[in-house]
Amino acid sequence: MTIEEKQDQIISEFEFLEDWLDKYQLIIDKGMSNKGIDEEYKTEEYLIEGCQSKVWVHAEYKNGFVFYQGESNTDIAGGIVSMLVDILTAHTPTEILDADLYFIDRIGLKEHLSPTRSNGMLAMVKQMRMYALAFKSQYED
Amino acid sequence: MTINIDKIREDFPILKKEVYRKPLVYFDNAATTQKPTCVVDTIVKGYYDCNANIHRGVHFLSQQATEAHEAARKTVQQFIHAQHAHEIVFTRGTTEAINLVAHSFGISQCSDDDEIIITQMEHHSNIVPWQLLQSIRNIRLRIIPFDEKGVLQVNQLESLINEKTKLIAVSHVSNALGTTNPIKEIARIAHNHDIPVLVDGAQSTPHISIDVQDLDVDFFAFSGHKIYGPTGIGVLYGKEKWLEKIPPYQGGGEMIHKVTFEKTTFNELPFKFEAGTPDYIGSTALATALDYVSNIGIENIAQHEHELLHYATEKLSQIDGMRFIGEAESKSGLISFLVGNIHPYDLGTILDKLGIAVRTGHHCAEPVMQAFNIEGTVRASFAMYNTKEEIDILVAGIERAAKMFRR
Repeated sequence: MTIEEKQDQIISEFEFLEDWLDKYQLIIDKGMSNKGIDEEYKTEEYLIEGCQSKVWVHAEYKNGFVFYQGESNTDIAGGIVSMLVDILTAHTPTEILDADLYFIDRIGLKEHLSPTRSNGMLAMVKQMRMYALAFKSQYED
Repeated sequence: MTINIDKIREDFPILKKEVYRKPLVYFDNAATTQKPTCVVDTIVKGYYDCNANIHRGVHFLSQQATEAHEAARKTVQQFIHAQHAHEIVFTRGTTEAINLVAHSFGISQCSDDDEIIITQMEHHSNIVPWQLLQSIRNIRLRIIPFDEKGVLQVNQLESLINEKTKLIAVSHVSNALGTTNPIKEIARIAHNHDIPVLVDGAQSTPHISIDVQDLDVDFFAFSGHKIYGPTGIGVLYGKEKWLEKIPPYQGGGEMIHKVTFEKTTFNELPFKFEAGTPDYIGSTALATALDYVSNIGIENIAQHEHELLHYATEKLSQIDGMRFIGEAESKSGLISFLVGNIHPYDLGTILDKLGIAVRTGHHCAEPVMQAFNIEGTVRASFAMYNTKEEIDILVAGIERAAKMFRR
């Protein structure tokens, strides 16, 4: 699936949930079904520190594709990182860097992109793009 | 006397607000309180009707604004029962007041190797200014610990005092635990050793009657916005003898007596500490807020908030997995807690969607969190306009949220 197709799938899951709590329940559930991150990457080095939630992200480059892992110590940030990992994993650095992550707005999480929000979603997206950029310049340029 | 909460709530228009289509339940009062219309009216009236730079102005408006600012100083003096109006210095808030003392007291009264005693439950605002002082004077911080209930171990104070101790700086009420500290006792012990005491009153002034002379403290700081006043205005009270003794904090207009390029002499108290144009609109609106509190009666407010605290503690304790952080007998204004293994951020986010405003995190008191080996707490903090019904909404909200996270 393309990054767009994966986003559209997530949007369709959220589309019929009108209640905020149901939306958050889905985010939380996504976090709980997330595979998480290998213990060796749960260190300061891979930490994206939001104000209150800790999020660890790691990425690997294999055969031209980027594979992410992510986890958080909070369930909500964990759900958000899990969606980002699902959407961006197994794509090329160029696809990731070119991606418009419109699902954030469409499922009503745009407010979480604000730098003042404490779950650090903006920082997550930034860090994941940084990985793609690093792989691109290391292996592809 | 009981207070009429319905009538009080009418004075705070924001309390009628809905968030996410739910009635707002505002339990973040320790961060800042909402403002009654009279306070906002004073600000509006100030700018529309009485705005001119104060002091030194020969014209009518300037004199009117000066009178309002100086009358506000008297209101503050009476509110905290200071001996003199000139012992009241307007600052931007508690933080600036403590920074003022840390700088002016620090550079004039401390030498290398001297010690300042603070407590383990201080807000960063009463830790970091002293650490900044360390870059000028090589002072050491000594810490009064608290026990597992969050009670300050005042019996350890004597053993921390020595001939190098220059000041004891303590919070009156902990913003993270709610613990009320025995300031009078601390001041008595300190003064037995001729050591002055600074009190961070940010969390006590809105909830407890303050009498700086009875407490016998040397410095007392509080913020306007936490006691229904505007943001950006606060107070440093200092005993005359100390304010005379320590040098100005900032230089500029207002605080000088005479300036030449060779030498400047400073203005008398309190103007020596109010460099630049003071926030005379803010001071006047703060006075309105204090008058509003006085009219309702701080004792009545204290009693109402005590009932809220008691009710909330009882109701919250029935929630499965509830763990209170801070269980001192003597508490004021707030409850810090955790529920099961739910992260405070998660709980706070869901409560927000239910229209309930609480604060989550370390509350700028990281050493407190370190002592309990936790990252943060959820904090519900009360004001005079809160009700038991709102606490019921909070309890139901927590129960609803907890179901979402139970694994």
